[in-house]
Amino acid sequence: MAEITYLEAIREALFEEMERDPNVFMIGEDIGAYGGAFKVTDGLMAKYGESRVIDSPISEIGIVGAAAGAAHMGMRPVVEMQFIDFIANAYDMLTNYVATARYRAFLPTPMVVRGPSGGYVRGGPFHSQNPEAGFIHTPGLKVVYPSTAADAKGLMKAAIRDDDCVLFFEHKYLYRRIKGEMPAGDHVVPIGKARVAREGTDLSIITYAATVYKALEAAEQLEKEDGLSVEVIDLRSLAPLDDDAIVATVKKTNRVLVVHEDTRTGGIAGEITARINESCFEWLDAPVLRVTAHDVPLPYAPSLEDFVLPQTPDIVLAARRLAAY
Amino acid sequence: MSSPRSATTRGGGRAGRSVAPQPPVVASGTDSSTSLTREQRLELYYWMRLTRSLEERLVNLYRQTKVVGGLFRSLGQEADAVGSAYALRKGDILSPLIRNLGSMLVKGATPVEILKQYMAKADSPTRGRELNIHFGDTERGFIGQISPLGDMVPVMAGVTLTFKMRGEDRVGLVYVGDGATSTGAFHEGINFAAVQRCPLVVIIENNGYAYSTPTSKQTAAERLVDKAIGYGIPGERADGNDVIATYEATKRAVDRARRGEGASIVELMSYRRKGHAEHDNQSYVPEGEIERWAAENDPIDRFVARLRSEGVSAEELADLDARVLREIDEATDIAELSGVPEPLDALIGIYADPPQEKPLWFREGKRAAVEENERPEGWGTYDISGDV
Repeated sequence: MAEITYLEAIREALFEEMERDPNVFMIGEDIGAYGGAFKVTDGLMAKYGESRVIDSPISEIGIVGAAAGAAHMGMRPVVEMQFIDFIANAYDMLTNYVATARYRAFLPTPMVVRGPSGGYVRGGPFHSQNPEAGFIHTPGLKVVYPSTAADAKGLMKAAIRDDDCVLFFEHKYLYRRIKGEMPAGDHVVPIGKARVAREGTDLSIITYAATVYKALEAAEQLEKEDGLSVEVIDLRSLAPLDDDAIVATVKKTNRVLVVHEDTRTGGIAGEITARINESCFEWLDAPVLRVTAHDVPLPYAPSLEDFVLPQTPDIVLAARRLAAY
Repeated sequence: MSSPRSATTRGGGRAGRSVAPQPPVVASGTDSSTSLTREQRLELYYWMRLTRSLEERLVNLYRQTKVVGGLFRSLGQEADAVGSAYALRKGDILSPLIRNLGSMLVKGATPVEILKQYMAKADSPTRGRELNIHFGDTERGFIGQISPLGDMVPVMAGVTLTFKMRGEDRVGLVYVGDGATSTGAFHEGINFAAVQRCPLVVIIENNGYAYSTPTSKQTAAERLVDKAIGYGIPGERADGNDVIATYEATKRAVDRARRGEGASIVELMSYRRKGHAEHDNQSYVPEGEIERWAAENDPIDRFVARLRSEGVSAEELADLDARVLREIDEATDIAELSGVPEPLDALIGIYADPPQEKPLWFREGKRAAVEENERPEGWGTYDISGDV
């Protein structure tokens, strides 16, 4: 079977879900006639028309709110944030309205908010963000952030079919750099399940999205140069977190490094560390370490961005410290 | 056409006081004729009286500390709530604001639900999760608001977008106050609805104050209805203390929406005679202003005078008043009997899947209490086996 890109995998899921369920519709800025800033929705309007692929005004509050209202009425809207950075504009609508709707009012709100996320692309402070932590903190929302093409497709299908709101972070660095074969048939990846990206026995790297590839690179190097067997866990879902997978890898390797591209303070690495501390402290042979971005807005210049974001040598360095502890 | 400032006033607001709200203005072109039957007009009276008397009962319960949270009154605004909601029909959906108890009653919310909700009872519409009149029922046709103002405008744009997408003969109506017109959500929601030609009526209830802030400090616009021009949609202003004028103006907007002519704004002029909530002493209100509105422009007094002039007898109205009190007494008795929510029920239904959260280890001792009380069917209970 031919390989397709991470971006094409997402598009394929959108087409298949639009075809499967007439209640699925798309709404976003420049997604229809133009096909989206990254062309993720390219071809959808031509096939499904303007009523199911809605070019919206520049109104993140408006389109997230409208999606919620439509979802209450039985629709399954998929909202595009042109860049996920702009989801901040809809923070109130997502956290105060959408996340609480089922709990306080028994209103089903099945909707997906998706968009290009992450750095390593010289996008500067407003086209590179990883704002997942604020939403992981909000009960009532689900958050997924795939790293492979197959997971991108399978998780998108799961997100659209989920009966609650799912925030779907797409890593724009991976859009066209990562390719993969699509499993045959109706490929759905369950939300809340992590993936073992590489088996190992000496230490574990828990990560997600673009840094999965940096962790895999580091693992390769550590095996060659240090003879270390490194396990890499790709979380895939950030809310809910796969506690079983986290505990299993801790018990297997007893040494854990958490890596993410998000900034350090309040990032999900802190939550993972706390959970490990509470549930399997006695299985640890070393303190849990973190490799994250520095706590600064993401700068534009390559020399600055590369310094701020976690890189493969940082992971190698941290893993060596952990192994030697 | 007369200028807005020189239009007929009823409230006797003091000219030149920047802090005083604008008095209500009878919109030009709106006369008081109506196609509503005598029976329908008496129904309007019933809903207005029920709204006021139910709130008076809530004040008593509040003073007895039986209302758990704050109490929000719509005293003096019953006409705009009732008259506007009355312009909708079955299948239409509205989203009320905190002073739209009357709108919810018209749409089928019951006094016993309102009382249980304020008293945070286990079998209240939100099972004790939300306060006051923050609840909904899409079947009956109302969707519960949330506290951040303006947020319901985009949501109702989406509800009515769905009506349009499905070709359903249904209309949506959303209430905002003068204060919410300053929010981004109001702007984005109404702009979206205008562009998409959603069958949505946006009611701006201009009652002079948002908490303590007079409309003059909320906006430099002379008339909130003028915002319609910027969105390219029709707007109409009406006297919100005249239940018939309110009904007729809303009905015109609802009919436009039903004909596929898209969204519109209706600004209803009224006056908030009580504070933001019961705790608010209204120290910011100019002396005599509230008393003047109460004496000269009470929506129920005005409607009673009209009904009497149209041949409705004092006895007929007294009978309706007695019916209202009887219904509220019965509802109060029922509401007071209900129990409080089971603590572990707080962990149900954050998501469809998983259906419940686990209690934190330091709260596991609470488990024993949960098995004993039955909950209404379909509401679910916390599954103490934990096998979910």
